[in-house]
Amino acid sequence: MSGRLTECFATLKEDNRKALIPYITAGDSNPTITVPLMHRMVEAGADIIELGVPFSDPMADGPTIQLACERALEHHTSLHDVVDMVTEFRQTNTTTPIVLMGYLNPVEAFGYEEFAKAAKECGIDGLLTVDLPPEESTQLVAVLKKYDIDPIFLLSPTTTEDRIGKIVHAGSGYLYYVSLKGVTGSSALNVDEVATNVAKIKTQTTLPVGVGFGIKDAESASAVAAVSDGVIVGSAIVKIIENNPDDTDTILDQIGALLSSMREAMDK
Amino acid sequence: MSTVRTETVNGRKNSQIKNDLNDHDLSNVDLSTIDWDNLADENGHFGIYGGCFASETLMEAIQELDEAYNSLKNDPEFQASYDNDLRNYVGRPSPLYHAERWSKQLGGAQIYLKREDLNHTGAHKINNTIGQALLAKHMGKPRIIAETGAGQHGVATATIAARLGLECVVYMGEVDVERQAPNVYRMKLLGAEVRPVSSGSKTLKDALNEAMRDWVTNVDNTFYCIGTVAGPHPYPSMVRNFQTIIGREAKEQCLEQTGRLPDALIACIGGGSNAIGLFHEFLADLDVKIYGVEAAGHGLATGEHAAPLSMAKPGVLHGNRMYLMADKDGQVVEPHSISAGLDYPGVGPEHCLLKDLGRSHAVAVTDDEAMEAFHSLTRIEGIIPALESSHALAYAMKLAPTMDKDKTIIINLSGRGDKDINTVAALEGIKL
Ligand SMILES: Cc1ncc(COP(=O)(O)O)c(C=O)c1O
Repeated sequence: MSGRLTECFATLKEDNRKALIPYITAGDSNPTITVPLMHRMVEAGADIIELGVPFSDPMADGPTIQLACERALEHHTSLHDVVDMVTEFRQTNTTTPIVLMGYLNPVEAFGYEEFAKAAKECGIDGLLTVDLPPEESTQLVAVLKKYDIDPIFLLSPTTTEDRIGKIVHAGSGYLYYVSLKGVTGSSALNVDEVATNVAKIKTQTTLPVGVGFGIKDAESASAVAAVSDGVIVGSAIVKIIENNPDDTDTILDQIGALLSSMREAMDK
Repeated sequence: MSTVRTETVNGRKNSQIKNDLNDHDLSNVDLSTIDWDNLADENGHFGIYGGCFASETLMEAIQELDEAYNSLKNDPEFQASYDNDLRNYVGRPSPLYHAERWSKQLGGAQIYLKREDLNHTGAHKINNTIGQALLAKHMGKPRIIAETGAGQHGVATATIAARLGLECVVYMGEVDVERQAPNVYRMKLLGAEVRPVSSGSKTLKDALNEAMRDWVTNVDNTFYCIGTVAGPHPYPSMVRNFQTIIGREAKEQCLEQTGRLPDALIACIGGGSNAIGLFHEFLADLDVKIYGVEAAGHGLATGEHAAPLSMAKPGVLHGNRMYLMADKDGQVVEPHSISAGLDYPGVGPEHCLLKDLGRSHAVAVTDDEAMEAFHSLTRIEGIIPALESSHALAYAMKLAPTMDKDKTIIINLSGRGDKDINTVAALEGIKL
């Protein structure tokens, strides 16, 4: 297990706080903005950063993140570029955990072993591949563990108890509970249902459970934080980039302000 | 004679076919030791290919489908209604036709056409949609969704949905909506909603992405009817089992008409459903040569093609590992083919394994060669083939002349060409 993720959740627990985990797609709206944006998000209160690896066919994502992938791919942002971005980020930040999130094919094209090695060297802490359920993950997980990279897995409202067992066994770092049926960017969030399902997951594991999908403002962030170990915010952030693709200052300011407001509401 | 094929577990495990990314060379496998009915393991791995690479949000629905299919595939009542539909609704068995005049013109092997173009709705696709729609009905799903390229699978899905009273939504890339306009209108007439897809290359792969998104969002009431032998397990095996009727009929008809097995089989490969449907029954007959014809588009060397078996490396997309056209970063490359049904960057996992084993041969023909074959068959035999099927015909035009006149080739004429007349006319500068 990666030191940074363990330490991060241990510290949060001591302070009685919940993790704020923003997601951005690397290279969106252009590659030069990504590292400054990561730093700004940390300043605004982010505990962990999920960095999306752009993919040509993001099947599990709604229109917002699809468009983010398209913008990043216009600049040919590759997994190699993402590794370079993390290297740059680590020059001034050695503590904030970074989890890559994306689809399996870019990792297969990079090569499992080569990727894990590069990830370890540059300071990536976890990898979430959306289209890799634990049943298919044996080879990749073995390689990731060898290099202390945490494999992060998804759980959903439809995951059976049986599969929860398999998933919590395969994963480490934290678990990502998808709060609703559908693709990223969907809206209807039911906090009571989230609470019930997170509690159900917790009966089978001591791993922290982060909740994503449908969290878009301070209010939903604090409501979900109250019943979980962390909130993952994706489309609401990416939407800001979509609305101001050529305006770096506005992107940084608005995303910073959104995360600050979430941080404040979560810490109340 | 039409029954749902069941996978008999008869002891032979095909242990020489490993699912290990670091060790999957199959060049030394003795083909006579292989159990061809059980190439996949119980989780749908055809060696390293296939499997179930789906997001967690879909896993429950996929398992529900797997269980329902497993419980039904040997159910006599289900088989009886499937058989009945194939016979009385589709019009099976489809003829095996000796194209004598065309054979003579090519000057070599005798060519037999498996006439899937004569099925109701004009292609092999209906064999599969009937099976899946009966399954949907049995599972109590009132809504059925599909992706389509050429529109044949969309039409076949809309058709059976109309007959069973199911709501039907079909995703189709904007490019294909344009080039297959007659089929779009047919689907609408049948009561289906056609949703044009404008992301990515606006063709078949993007329609599949969008259908998957719909399925995740509406898993409770929706059945996803995939149109080819790709996708997460159990689709590749299930769709194959619904299509193997083609080869079983063809084998019997060939024995009846020629007294022996064919020397070669040829079928076009998009995702691979018509091809595996013809090939599967003959896999154990090692003397029967098998050719899967991919779309070489503007030419394999130009990069503008849809020929993953011929040109690509393994990758993961749409729920399974397969030969996949992707760049060095793993981004999927936009394919090109004149034929919408072949315009797909991947290919079903069983075909990938058959290629690696050396049991089938991957070949490719260009847009131009397919067009030439389209015209040739039309003028000489009075049969207008689909542009997809024209790829199989075009390869026969190369292969037949190299074979003796007493040899036989079976070509899967997977569909009729009425849907393509706009494309062909436009290419020839004719306004309809
Ligand atoms: C007539 C016809 N043949 C072949 C294909 C290609 O699909 P597959 O390779 O699954 O048979 C299509 C697909 O739309 C088709 O309509």
